Amino acid sequence: MAVKTLIIDDQLISALEEETLLQAAQAAGIHIPTLCYLEGISEVGACRLCLVEIAGSSKLHPACVTKVAEGMSVRTQSDRLQKYRRLIIEMLFAEGNHICAVCVANGHCELQQLAMDLGMDHVTLEYQFPNRLVDLSHDRFGMDHNRCVLCTRCIRVCDELEGAHIWDMAGRGTRSQVITDLNQPWGTSPTCTSCGKCVAACPTGAIFHQGSTVGEMVHERTRIEFIVNARQNHQWQF
Amino acid sequence: MDISDLLNIADQERQSQTAFRIRCCVAAGCVATNSLAVKENLQMAITAAEMADTVQVCGVGCMRLCSRAPLVAVDQVTPAKPSLLYETVTLDQVPTVVATLPSAPASRSGAVPLQQGDLTHPFFTHQRSIVLENTGLIDPERIEAYIAMGGYRSLYHVLREMTPTEVVDTMTRSGLRGRGGAGYPTGLKWAMVAKAIADRKFVVCNADEGDPGAFMDRSVLEGDPHRVLEGMAIAAYAVGATQGYIYIRAEYPLAIQRLHIAIRQAQRMGLLGSHIFDSPFDFRIDLRTGAGAYVCGEETALMASIEGKRGIPSPRPPYPAERGLWGFPTLINNVETFANVCPIIRNGAEWFASIGTEKSKGTKVFAIAGAIRNTGLIEVPMGTPLREIVEDMGGGVSDGGTAKAVQTGGPAGGCIPASAFDTPVDYESLTQLGSIMGSGGMIVMDQQTNMVDIARYFMEFCRDESCGKCIPCRAGTVQMHQLLSKICEGKAAPADLHLLEELCDMVKHTSLCGLGQSAPSPVLSTLRHFQDDYLALIHPE
Repeated sequence: MAVKTLIIDDQLISALEEETLLQAAQAAGIHIPTLCYLEGISEVGACRLCLVEIAGSSKLHPACVTKVAEGMSVRTQSDRLQKYRRLIIEMLFAEGNHICAVCVANGHCELQQLAMDLGMDHVTLEYQFPNRLVDLSHDRFGMDHNRCVLCTRCIRVCDELEGAHIWDMAGRGTRSQVITDLNQPWGTSPTCTSCGKCVAACPTGAIFHQGSTVGEMVHERTRIEFIVNARQNHQWQF
Repeated sequence: MDISDLLNIADQERQSQTAFRIRCCVAAGCVATNSLAVKENLQMAITAAEMADTVQVCGVGCMRLCSRAPLVAVDQVTPAKPSLLYETVTLDQVPTVVATLPSAPASRSGAVPLQQGDLTHPFFTHQRSIVLENTGLIDPERIEAYIAMGGYRSLYHVLREMTPTEVVDTMTRSGLRGRGGAGYPTGLKWAMVAKAIADRKFVVCNADEGDPGAFMDRSVLEGDPHRVLEGMAIAAYAVGATQGYIYIRAEYPLAIQRLHIAIRQAQRMGLLGSHIFDSPFDFRIDLRTGAGAYVCGEETALMASIEGKRGIPSPRPPYPAERGLWGFPTLINNVETFANVCPIIRNGAEWFASIGTEKSKGTKVFAIAGAIRNTGLIEVPMGTPLREIVEDMGGGVSDGGTAKAVQTGGPAGGCIPASAFDTPVDYESLTQLGSIMGSGGMIVMDQQTNMVDIARYFMEFCRDESCGKCIPCRAGTVQMHQLLSKICEGKAAPADLHLLEELCDMVKHTSLCGLGQSAPSPVLSTLRHFQDDYLALIHPE
């Protein structure tokens, strides 16, 4: 197993050859903001929050899919990166209908946390107020498209960990939305195993337990972590 | 199939030629103006006048001057004489066309006069046909016509006389660069795929031409489809692939139909399939049609679409040359790139490298459109000044005014102001001006054009075509489009312009694929060259 030595934010780090910049940074205790990334499922490099600067390259690189390399010099924080990240989060708030005060995930929401971390305390962009639907046809869970940030975690966790693949993406651009089966009400899906992994994986309050009230829904990730641990490290205990 | 069979077919084809030939353009532009009926009526009139032994009527690909469609040309083959071109031919002009032929029976009275085209106009004389050498001359639905022009002989030569390494080396030395827009050196790309070690490899032809106003690839496929097939086969031999795909947009039904015919004909003659020219080389080509997404012209999205998945881009690396279709090394080139392969093999790398500029070799096909007299298809050597294209070949602005700008490169490109018209057209010069070569769409704009409106149009296009995967492109194009609309409506303040610039910067540098990364280009280039258009619409605080 080859080891690579690199510098992240002036810190000398050694990482395994197959590791990504994000993994190497996390192992060294360096925080890089992420949204579409979830440990244990495939990376899509879609949210662009984990973009970092690499010395000698004019482009920005997504840390979640960029492999470490010998002698690499990486910068995870800069005024420019922070500005881009803040603008990305701001665009997400303007794009959907995110009203924290009445959301089940208030206080347990990754989008909210990112906004606080990045100091995005108000939105200057134009709110889109899209007309989005809520699907409450499932007897235990609900899907509120108003709060969806299209990170596709639910799609990947259902496909890759549960093996059911009931979630998918329909439409393109601003009309993109996650759907269950072939865009049928979630409750009518014969393939949904009601395992709840999508609820756990969702970064916001878009997919939630029915019956939870504002600020009540804690994302319970232990079962996802259990499966990932079992797969990757062959350890089967909680 | 052997070389003697190939030469026999070519001989037979040449012997079957009649003294006169009437070429009718049956490319999409002319078909839309009723050229198929014109062709049919001409054929009937020739048959009725019992002239079929001396006059041949054939449908051909694009004859360039699309603004005067439908086009009909009359060639005197023996003894050879300059051809005549007739413009905007209508059905009632058909008898007149027949009457101009020397062997025609005495002309009837009341004939409708023809509008003769000027083949000595710079529009035609300044062209240098390499990619389009057969387009407009041969019947695209007959493989014999292509073989008579020397078709498939380059493939034979490559299979018998050259090693794959020599082919790659020839491409490298020719200096050919990708004609899809980015201008990556073709030889380098081929070498990367050739070097990759894998059980299977693929060759993909990107025919998902989607830029507004661009129809170069369509014209090549509609006018000379075998040239692309032969180019792909040579590429497959060079890189070690056995399967090829042509990814073509469904909006090109005529090109799809002609490709189907061409592939079937080539297979039947053993020019595609197993043991091509009795060599151990196997190569098959299949068509895959797009479903209307512009982003599928981006190579990773294109591959996902071929695999039957949702056509969305994925991060590179890995590049297709390392991990492409189904994880195997894949060579992806544009239609025009493949169309350049045969001439390079036939005439040598040095010949090709002698055309064009220092860094941009060969010719480039452009589709010129917009506020200009002569619109249509042109092929000019790299380095031709824009002014020559717009003023000499294009004949200047249609209403007699002056041109304000030329838009090149589609939604990923930018607007070049008239003051920079002396710029030679090559990859580097256009990039310096804040535009790109792109695939070859060229839209001329007159003084009445508001550049903010142009930027808004392209932003709307990008917004509608954004796949929605990454946030900057999906949400950023919406915000930028709204700001541009606000400016166009005269409701914007200086702060809005500042915000627009910030969004442009962010979307450009953070988007996942080329679509998002270049979506701000029309705004940035118009801001750079036509800032007054913006400022005139903005309210002071």
